[in-house]
Amino acid sequence: MTDAAAPAPRRRPLALRHPSAVVFLALLALFTVGVTLLAEGMGTGAISTSFVKTLGKTLCLCLVALAMDLVWGYCGILSLGHMAFFGIGGYAIGMWLMYARTEIIVVQSLAAQPLPPTPDEIADGIAGQIFGVVGASEFPPIWAFAHSLPLQLAAVVLVPGLLALVFGWLAFRSRVTGVYLSILTQAMTLALALYLFQNDSGLRGNNGLSGLQNLPGLDHVPQATVSLWFFWASAAALALGYLLCLRVVSGKFGSVIRAIRDDEARVRFLGYPVETYKLVVFTLTAVIAGIAGALYYPQAGIVNPAEIAPIASIYLAVWVAIGGRGRLYGAVIGAAAVSLLSTWFTGGQAPDLHLFGVTLRWVDWWTVLLGLSFVAVTLLAPKGLGGLVDLIAARRPPERHGADLGPDQGALREREADR
Amino acid sequence: MSALLEVSGVSVSFDGFRAIDNLTFAIGAAELRAVIGPNGAGKTTFMDIVTGKTRPDRGRVVWGETSRDLTALSESRIAQLGIGRKFQRPTVFEDQSVADNLMLALKKDRGPLAVLAFRPSAADRARIADLADEIGLAGALDRKAGELSHGQKQWLEIGMLLAQDPRLLLVDEPAAGMTPAERAHTADLLIEAARTRAVVVVEHDMEFVRRLGCRVTVLHEGSVLAEGSIDRVTSDARVIEVYLGR
Repeated sequence: MTDAAAPAPRRRPLALRHPSAVVFLALLALFTVGVTLLAEGMGTGAISTSFVKTLGKTLCLCLVALAMDLVWGYCGILSLGHMAFFGIGGYAIGMWLMYARTEIIVVQSLAAQPLPPTPDEIADGIAGQIFGVVGASEFPPIWAFAHSLPLQLAAVVLVPGLLALVFGWLAFRSRVTGVYLSILTQAMTLALALYLFQNDSGLRGNNGLSGLQNLPGLDHVPQATVSLWFFWASAAALALGYLLCLRVVSGKFGSVIRAIRDDEARVRFLGYPVETYKLVVFTLTAVIAGIAGALYYPQAGIVNPAEIAPIASIYLAVWVAIGGRGRLYGAVIGAAAVSLLSTWFTGGQAPDLHLFGVTLRWVDWWTVLLGLSFVAVTLLAPKGLGGLVDLIAARRPPERHGADLGPDQGALREREADR
Repeated sequence: MSALLEVSGVSVSFDGFRAIDNLTFAIGAAELRAVIGPNGAGKTTFMDIVTGKTRPDRGRVVWGETSRDLTALSESRIAQLGIGRKFQRPTVFEDQSVADNLMLALKKDRGPLAVLAFRPSAADRARIADLADEIGLAGALDRKAGELSHGQKQWLEIGMLLAQDPRLLLVDEPAAGMTPAERAHTADLLIEAARTRAVVVVEHDMEFVRRLGCRVTVLHEGSVLAEGSIDRVTSDARVIEVYLGR
C-alpha cells in the first residue's frame, strides 16, 4: 500500500513518477550529441550526411508514431489516416521552401534585364518554373500564402488540425467506431492522395514538391550542416512531443481516454462527453503528425502524393503494434527499429539469402518479413518490443502469496496470479 | 412530495416488438424503489430510456424541479444532471487501479480542458479513501480493478456511483453472482444511499428485494402491472400468474 489515502501527499518529482520518460529523454540527448560528434557537419565525419538525414527522418517518424500511439494505443481509435496529416505538414512547409527558393532564382535571372522586373513578371516567372512540369503557368489559389513562411508554418498546424477536426466531428458524432472508423479514415486518406495525384490539384500532381532540402537564401551553407540543423530540430520536437504526450496520458485525462478505449458506453454514463474527448485527441495527434511531417520532408527533399497513400498509414500502425501499444516509448522503439531496418533491407545493403539454389532478395522480401513479424507480434507478444523493457526491468506481477484475491468468481486465483 | 423523475406514457418498439408500452413511473427525491418483472418485461430498456441510451417513440421523461425533458439529451448530459447507472455485469475499468476508477467517477467538471488541468486535492483523496472504506476496498486502492473478485467489482461500481454523487441511482441486478454475505452488505449500501437520494433497483431475486424493504414496482410486457409493498405485490393474483407462479 502507498500513501494514496494520506491527506495531501506532495507530488513526487517527474523523474520518480515517470522513470521511463527520464531514461528516454537521456538516451535521446545522448544519441543527439553522439550523432553530432560523429557527423560530417561538425564532428569526425564517421556518419555520412545522408545517414544523418536518415536518422533525422527516423526521429520524425518516431514523433508521428507517438501521435499514433496516443490516438490508437491510449484512446482506441485505429486511425489509418495519420500519415495523411504527416504528408499535409510536409506539403505546407514544402510550398514555402519551393516558392521562396524559386523566387530567388527568378529574381537573379531577371536582374540581367535592362528594366527592373515588375512584381507580376516575377510572379509569372516563379509560377512558370514551378508549374511548367504540369503544363500550367499560373498560381492556383492554394498557393496564396506560399510567399510567407509564418503563414505556411501556421498551415502546418492548422490544415491537419482543421481537417481532423471536421472529419472527426462528423465521424465521432455519428458514433462510428472500431473497424468502420478505420475504413473511413482510410477512405479519407485515399481520397486525398488521389486528389493530389491529379495535375490540376494545384500541388504539381504526382511530381509533388521537390528540392526541399535546399533552404532559400542559405545556398552557401553545406548540406552537412543543414542536415544537422534538421536533426537537432527533429530531436527537440520528439522530446517536446514525448513530454506533451506524457502530460496528456499520465493524469486524469489519460485515465479518461484509456477508459474510453476499454468501454466508451460506461464513460458516457459517468457523464464524460466521449465524442469531445475523441475529437480532442484525434485533432491533437493530427497536429503532432503535421509538425512531424514538416520536419521530415525537408530532410527527404521531396514530398509527393504516394507518401499520403493509405499504405503509409498502415505502416504507421504496424510500427506502433510492433513497438508496443499503450506505452509511449514502445511507439518510439517500434518506429525507429522498423523504419531503420526497412531502410537497411530495401536499400540493397542486406546480403541476399541463398536457400536451396533460390536467391532471396531482401528488397522484394522485406515486406513479407515485416508482415510475418506483425502477425507474430500480434499473436505471440501483444506488448510488442516495448514489452521487452518489462522483462529487463523484471516488472513482474506483484507477489501475491496469501493476498486476498477475492472469494468469488471472476477473481484471479492465487495460482493464476503467481504465473 | 414532488417527484424527482417522472416517466409518463413512454413507449418504445424494436423491430415491431414493443419493449415498453405506455409506461408511467415516478420516484421521489429520497426514495428506494425495487423494480421486478420476468425476463423481457422491459426493466433494462426502462433504464436505457431514462439514461438516454434509447430514445422513446412516445412519451415524456421529466427530471427535477426544472422539469427538464431528458429524451432530448445525450447520455453524458443526463449523467451530469445527476443520474447514475450501474450495469448488470460489473463494468469497471479493469486496466486501472481502484483509486483511478473512483477518481474517474468523482463528481467534477467533465470537460476535456478541466480534466487535463485536474489535480486531485487533499479533499478529493480523502473522499476516495472514505468511499473505498464504505465499499470495503480500503486496502485495495492501488490494485487493478481487473484483479478484484466479482463481488468486489460490483461494490467498486457502486462506489463509483456514490462518487458521482447522483440524485438518482439506477442499479441493475446488484446482487447477481454475490455470496450471501456480499448480498447483505450490498443491501445495506443501497438502503444507506437511498437516505439522501432516489435509488431504483432492478432485481430478480425476491429475497434480496424483501431485504431492501421498500416499495416495489412490477413490470410486465413493458408496462406497470402492480405497485406497492412487497407483501402486497406478492399476493397480487396477476403478479403471481405472470411471475411468481412460474
